[in-house]
Amino acid sequence: MSEKKFSKKHEWVSLDGDVATVGITKHATEMLGDIVFVEVPDAGKAVEKEGQAAVVESTKAASDVYSPISGEITEGNKAIADDPGSVNTDPEGASWFFKLKIKDKGEYDSLMSKDEYDKFCKENPS
Amino acid sequence: MEVQKTALYNYHKNLGAKFVPFAGYEMPIQYKDGIVKEHISTRTHAGFFDVSHMGQFFLEGDDTLIEALEKIIPADLKNLKINHSKYSFLLNNEGGIIDDLIITRTEKGFCIILNAACKENDIKQISQFLKKNHKHLLNNDLSLIALQGPKSVEILEKLIPGVANLRFMTGSNFEYEGEKLYVTRSGYTGEDGFEISISNTKVEKLIDYLISNEVKPIGLGARDTLRLEAGLCLYGHDLNEKINPVEANLKWAIAKKRKEVGGFNGWEKIKNLLANGSEKIRVGIKPDGKVIARENTKIFSSDNNEIGFVTSGTFGPSVNAPVAMGYVKSEFSEIGTSIQLEVRGKKYGGKISELPFYKKSYVK
Repeated sequence: MSEKKFSKKHEWVSLDGDVATVGITKHATEMLGDIVFVEVPDAGKAVEKEGQAAVVESTKAASDVYSPISGEITEGNKAIADDPGSVNTDPEGASWFFKLKIKDKGEYDSLMSKDEYDKFCKENPS
Repeated sequence: MEVQKTALYNYHKNLGAKFVPFAGYEMPIQYKDGIVKEHISTRTHAGFFDVSHMGQFFLEGDDTLIEALEKIIPADLKNLKINHSKYSFLLNNEGGIIDDLIITRTEKGFCIILNAACKENDIKQISQFLKKNHKHLLNNDLSLIALQGPKSVEILEKLIPGVANLRFMTGSNFEYEGEKLYVTRSGYTGEDGFEISISNTKVEKLIDYLISNEVKPIGLGARDTLRLEAGLCLYGHDLNEKINPVEANLKWAIAKKRKEVGGFNGWEKIKNLLANGSEKIRVGIKPDGKVIARENTKIFSSDNNEIGFVTSGTFGPSVNAPVAMGYVKSEFSEIGTSIQLEVRGKKYGGKISELPFYKKSYVK
């Protein structure tokens, strides 16, 4: 599995061949607070780069989760839909949101590295 | 208007509060623990809420004050005993709710606790009925602290002996740090607890004591999940000037005698609604799955006709499921009726549910 890359909308992506795994970052979960609802996409759905792909809701509000990369969904993580709170405990591990077969590895390469993302979060506190 | 702060603003900051603008005030939405932990610690131990943004409105006067207030408040104020409180409302000419409130009889008159966002207008509306010999004061020198949860009584009794003797919806004067303070056994979380009216200069000391007894600070986020589980209305969401007490399913809060005799704003309309029922009514709603039906979610019947809308909706940590309230056409209001909730363009099943979602008994 490749190193994780990060988007400005606080998603992470890792790549295994042409299948990407996408989740939301720890920083995102800290901003959201207690996560109480997750909706993940079904296999077969086509998503565009920066297109809406999933939903995450905390006690405070609902937010869209965007795909940082375009492709076709191969799997949504049903485990987090059943146990939304697990996203708070392991957002960058077991609590990934969806996997997709990507079209253009260039989209992955253009995302931020871990260091770049950490710097981005520091410069854009919310 | 400049953003206002309560006397505890810096105290909240030091406790790690995240602030949001609310009704013209900078108020904590949550602290470090987050909404769910704050909610649970209120239900299992005790939490304190700074509700000093709410108006503490004091009125003094003779019997003509009662007559004046009864024109806009449908409670039986004549028979309200000193130190007893009632949940009631200010009504407009159409019977719509200008604000919901708690009114307490004091030795010289009344104290009314008003919602922060409404207090200026409320005072204008009440003042229309006041006479020259009626004195009134919105007291901004006082803070208001709600202490809520099963351990509240044990903790507060150690500091202010005698509070344990208060029954639900009654209050009394007590001494604290050489000053008078007023404590009522009341709250808005569905838990036993107290609301403490205390001078701005002493409030930090009181909070120091509560924190040393492991009482957690609770923000507006958990205040919302707690009150919604308890089936209690939030003004501006579940109630507004276009909704009357019959529609709001709050006719119990209109005094029996006043229902018969009337003499308050909107009485003609309310009398008719009491006899014939209203077209729509406030209900509890439980989505079948985990989906959260938030405010303005459209409600449909099982055969796809639009029948209402959600006015409050969240995840209820103690119920461990999503909960909501809203208005539906009265023929769909029976408990257990299957409905559909339209969330992000998709329809999800749900049921009309009993209120409250979470029940504990108050000390009566």
